[in-house]
Amino acid sequence: MPSSSSSGATAPFADPASSALSEAAALPVQQAAVWEPFLPWMVVLLPLLGFVANGLLALVSATRSAAAVRAGGTEDSLSLDGGRPRTHRWPTYIGPGVMIAAFLLAIVNFAGMLGADLHEPVVAGPYWTWLATSSLRIDVALHLDQLSMIMMLVVTGVGSLIHVFSVGYMRDDPGYPRYFAYLNLFVFFMLVLVLGAGYPLMFVGWEGVGLCSYLLIGYWFADREKADAGKKAFIVNRIGDFGFLLAMFLLFDNIGALDFVSVFEGAEAAFSDNRALVTTATLLFMLGAAGKSAQVPLHVWLPDAMAGPTPVSALIHAATMVTAGVYVIARSSALFALAPASQAVVAGIGALTALLAATIALRQYDIKKVLAYSTVSQLGFMFLAAGVGAYTAAVFHLVTHAFFKALLFLGAGAVIHSLHHAFHETGSKADAQDMRNMGGLRAKMPVTWAVMGIATLAIAGVWPLAGFFSKDEIIWYAGAWAGAPGNANGSWYVVFWVVALATALLTAFYMTRLMVMTFHGRSRLGDAEQRHVHDSPWVMRAPLIVLAVLSVAGGLLNVPESLRVLVFGAAPFEWLHHWLEPVTHAAAEIQVAGMGEAAHQSPVGGGELTWALISTVAALAVVGGAFAVLRKRLYRTAAEDADPRTGLALALERKWYFDEAYDRAVVRPVLALSRWCWKIVDGIVIDGFVNLAAALARLAGWTTSLFHTGQVNTYAFVLALGVLAVLGAVYLP
Amino acid sequence: MATSYIPLLIILGVSVVNAVGMAVASHVLNPSRPTPQKAMPYESGMIPLGDTRARFSIKFYMVAISFIVFDLEAIFLIPWAVRMRELGWGPFVAVFLFVVVLAVGLAYEWKKGGLEWD
Amino acid sequence: MTLDYSSSFHYLVALLPECVLFVGGMGVLLAGVSKTDEQRRPELGWLALAVLAAAAVANGWLYSVSESGATAMIAVDKFRLFANWVFIVGAALTIAISLAYVSRQRLQAAEYYALIAFATVGMMVVAASRDLMIVFLGMETVSIAVYALAAFNRRDPRSAEAGLKYFLLGAFASGFLLFGIALIYGAAGSTNLQAIAVAVQDGAAAGGLMIPGMALLVTGFAFKVSAVPFHMWTPDAYEGAPTPVTAYMASAVKAAAFVAFARILFVGLDGVYDQWFPILWWIAAATMVVGNLVAVVQSSIKRMLAYSSIAHGGYLLVALVAANDAAAAGLLFYLFVYTVTTVGAFAVVVTVGRQSERDTAIEKYAGYGWRRPVLGTLMTLFLLSLAGFPGTGGFMAKFYVLQGAAEAHLWWLLVVLVLTTLVSYWYYLRVAWFMWMKEAPEGAVHRVGGATPFAIYVVLLVCGGIVLATGLLPGAAIDLAQGSVEGLRHWVAGTAPAH
Repeated sequence: MPSSSSSGATAPFADPASSALSEAAALPVQQAAVWEPFLPWMVVLLPLLGFVANGLLALVSATRSAAAVRAGGTEDSLSLDGGRPRTHRWPTYIGPGVMIAAFLLAIVNFAGMLGADLHEPVVAGPYWTWLATSSLRIDVALHLDQLSMIMMLVVTGVGSLIHVFSVGYMRDDPGYPRYFAYLNLFVFFMLVLVLGAGYPLMFVGWEGVGLCSYLLIGYWFADREKADAGKKAFIVNRIGDFGFLLAMFLLFDNIGALDFVSVFEGAEAAFSDNRALVTTATLLFMLGAAGKSAQVPLHVWLPDAMAGPTPVSALIHAATMVTAGVYVIARSSALFALAPASQAVVAGIGALTALLAATIALRQYDIKKVLAYSTVSQLGFMFLAAGVGAYTAAVFHLVTHAFFKALLFLGAGAVIHSLHHAFHETGSKADAQDMRNMGGLRAKMPVTWAVMGIATLAIAGVWPLAGFFSKDEIIWYAGAWAGAPGNANGSWYVVFWVVALATALLTAFYMTRLMVMTFHGRSRLGDAEQRHVHDSPWVMRAPLIVLAVLSVAGGLLNVPESLRVLVFGAAPFEWLHHWLEPVTHAAAEIQVAGMGEAAHQSPVGGGELTWALISTVAALAVVGGAFAVLRKRLYRTAAEDADPRTGLALALERKWYFDEAYDRAVVRPVLALSRWCWKIVDGIVIDGFVNLAAALARLAGWTTSLFHTGQVNTYAFVLALGVLAVLGAVYLP
Repeated sequence: MATSYIPLLIILGVSVVNAVGMAVASHVLNPSRPTPQKAMPYESGMIPLGDTRARFSIKFYMVAISFIVFDLEAIFLIPWAVRMRELGWGPFVAVFLFVVVLAVGLAYEWKKGGLEWD
Repeated sequence: MTLDYSSSFHYLVALLPECVLFVGGMGVLLAGVSKTDEQRRPELGWLALAVLAAAAVANGWLYSVSESGATAMIAVDKFRLFANWVFIVGAALTIAISLAYVSRQRLQAAEYYALIAFATVGMMVVAASRDLMIVFLGMETVSIAVYALAAFNRRDPRSAEAGLKYFLLGAFASGFLLFGIALIYGAAGSTNLQAIAVAVQDGAAAGGLMIPGMALLVTGFAFKVSAVPFHMWTPDAYEGAPTPVTAYMASAVKAAAFVAFARILFVGLDGVYDQWFPILWWIAAATMVVGNLVAVVQSSIKRMLAYSSIAHGGYLLVALVAANDAAAAGLLFYLFVYTVTTVGAFAVVVTVGRQSERDTAIEKYAGYGWRRPVLGTLMTLFLLSLAGFPGTGGFMAKFYVLQGAAEAHLWWLLVVLVLTTLVSYWYYLRVAWFMWMKEAPEGAVHRVGGATPFAIYVVLLVCGGIVLATGLLPGAAIDLAQGSVEGLRHWVAGTAPAH
């Protein structure tokens, strides 16, 4: 039974029915404001049910193909009994079905919360007690507030679209039911992550999405490289998880509870005389967040994660899972506000990541790699926002990014799907993901071109698309906090601001390059392939169009007062900001108390409107300039392109040598150490001890078993001896 | 308190001394002149044949167990019966249930054939 | 309603589950002799299960009954009711795994099921008693029924040997137990536990009778829970007894002895904690060490599980030594999980032995997991739970016992517990290793023929489900256990012990 812990909020907008009721019953008005969530556990449970159903179908399918292989047939279960077997038909309805149902439920709850004007989080549950010891009690409950509601909508909404897209994309894959099982399981864990009412439950989701990410990156596990990419993602994430765990221990040690309500209530008192502790805890959370959200130096797994199917990249590695780090920081904003040093680290890492990833994206040829580095870069923006205390801006960018980056990935997926099909038909061995093998696809795939164009303009920050508002706000806050009177790290914030501006321009450039190489210029496909390239079926096209609309309109969620003139006053004033106010106000108060109000101008002067205009003009200039220059360039196909790179170009293509450095500094020493441990420590020392202990134990056991003669009188004798020993112990102390 | 046990102790001592003394005395005092006839198990009797550990039929045990059960029943019932009126209904019910349980046992034994000799 | 024992009727109410089960057991007995039809064996088992279900309902109903005061001869408290759940579940699972076995071995079904019912009645009496005489009565009821059960297979000389050894040594130990009770009575002037506690508080321990009485009582119970060095009967009795009976002895019978032991030590003898603490400390340590070490060299799975049950007795003794609320709750939780896990493991042993005493050598399990994946997986689960692998109920049980021991600062016992647990992985996983990693020898094909009886599958799924549920979501079960020990200790005002 969900129970509500919210109380005491006055209700200026109590809905008429309940206020009429309250008048009739002469109840205090406060009672009417209590909002009862509608089956919130169902939202979480539905994807789990989908996982179970699809998982069973996958088991059936696997058993059948194993039987077929044993009988000497093919393991391709799609061609088992002539037509498409049931195991491959039902997931089409189950997978997206549960997602859409969950999304509708989420909307119902959102509408309820919208009408309730909630000031405190509602904790639904506890449904059961997961663990209870004398001092630690972990209940399974859902934390429903404005932030988790936004996340729930994004996860189920964008998730639904990507599930639908997958129906078309994965149609011919033999592991179709397994794919949907994993995808549903991922959404389940993601919802646990964002809705769990405490750090332990969040950690369950955190690990769960990591598991699903691993499973889906290595979805085509027969390919060694893809399986390795999955392992890499898992291992790099472990480093971050270690930080998350330690942070949890620290919080528990100092506050004595791990559910959000108690932690945030107790944090200020618990850490008031020891700011170093809260700084440590938040830095450890930052480590966890950096692992999950692919921030420097733990970003190396995300580009490799593109080995998974493209809708997976869109859902997990762009829209939802990788933003979990941002969510953790936004959720823990009350802790981060207590630790300005951690905030500066978050902002610094974010800015550095944004810049580094953007530069790497300049020289990548794999279309998904470009998008992957772009994602890393945009996540850096979100961290920057969180680091300057602009949690609303971080969440805002998270939402708009979910729209346009999912769109970009799905668009890329449509291109890859089409080219893959074409290469497959013609027997070509060319790489369907390499942009050098594309070009001039606009004529063949007009819809895909159009939606990706919209997404490109959105991410580049062109007015009036979604990215313009969200990115502009981040840059603005970085500059504004630099000018806050009490900001000890002010000069650093100036640097962050400049870096953010520069990165925004780089973003515009590499995205234009992607568009040009893919859709414009001379087609680098053979004539035979050309004939097979076409727009995707409707089941894939429809989600693209929906996302395109969202990428256009998403910015209206949070238009600042000074920019309202840009949308002709058509949007509510800073809606998202006000919506998230109850979640972020605690952090904001601490922050303002610590370093005063943010400045009302950028470090070099100029108000928000001025800089908004400057940035959109600059973005347009870069897009236009790059388009004009690159369109004329003659690219060669991947097979012909063999020129050795030098200097900066080589460094960028090699991704600033991160992988090489890790190989030298970590992988090889660890391998050497492992080998030494295996041969010497394990083989001689440990095995020796274990074998010795085993031999001794066996000897002792054998000796003792000698007493078991099977004779009752021996037994009785031993028994009597025992009694004598006990009596002796009593009498002869 | 311990002094009240002294008579008991005295009786215990006397009986032990008596028993041990008689056995020892008879052994010490009587003359010992063994002859082959005297060494036989039954002097002037039949010479026993076969094993002394003869088997008894299980039927004897059945009877013995039944006897002990009903013997004990009598031991419980008689003290109750003597003071039945004073004790009232509570003990009556208890005894009644006790007898019912025994009756079930008897019925079981009967049906199992425990009361038949052959 | 509230019981004050002003009328004899109140005793019948307080003993309702016992009465139901006892009458039901007699019904099973009479139903058995009224027909000589050989085919009715399974029906008698189902009848016994129905009787147990009725007793369970009565037990649940007793939660709504309260008693005035906490000193009466028969306790109606949550401690007893929780213990009753363990006994009922243990007995029901035992009957369920016996159904096919009894038919196959042509055992006398009515007597068999009735004896299990009567033994369970005895356990419930033990759990309910607040008086040493009632404890003794209950313990003997259990013991006599189980002596007969151990020797139940008359065609198997090993079964007769098991029963006889158990009987002889059990009678010997009962003598010590009774002598201990007599001495305590002599010292305290009462057999009521609360009266004993009051007497101890008033200095009865100084009289020279109380401490030896306590020592003899402890040895008597140490025999019943097969603690070292009073454990010698256990492997022989467990190995020779029919396998379902072994399951019952290792689970429910042991649980009953522990429940009584706990109540006597915590309530009646709390004042002489300093005297029984060292005795039990050493017995617990010796039991863990010997039980685990000797289990390593066993080649028969029944004998291995017998030593394993000795070892688990050692872990449970640690909870007794700790003697605090956390440990008492851990004890109850442990008993529940251990009962379920043990019966589950024996269900597999019965199935592998094809409802007889064949194939009890561990070597016979080679390759079994691949041949019967469901059984193999569940057996592995049970073994892991017995070893205390995280994620299984066995782990949480050990965890809660350890928590209690840590609260009592029993660091050395804790170390012994953890180290011997590590040893136990060896012999538990050895069975799993045979099942999954060893090929079955050529020609020695398991006769898979003959489907596993339906009831066994139910038992396996129930046990597996409970093991996983208590391992992953122990919250509800531990809450119940913690709620069941409230007020078990320190009933006597002002007797808070100094330790």
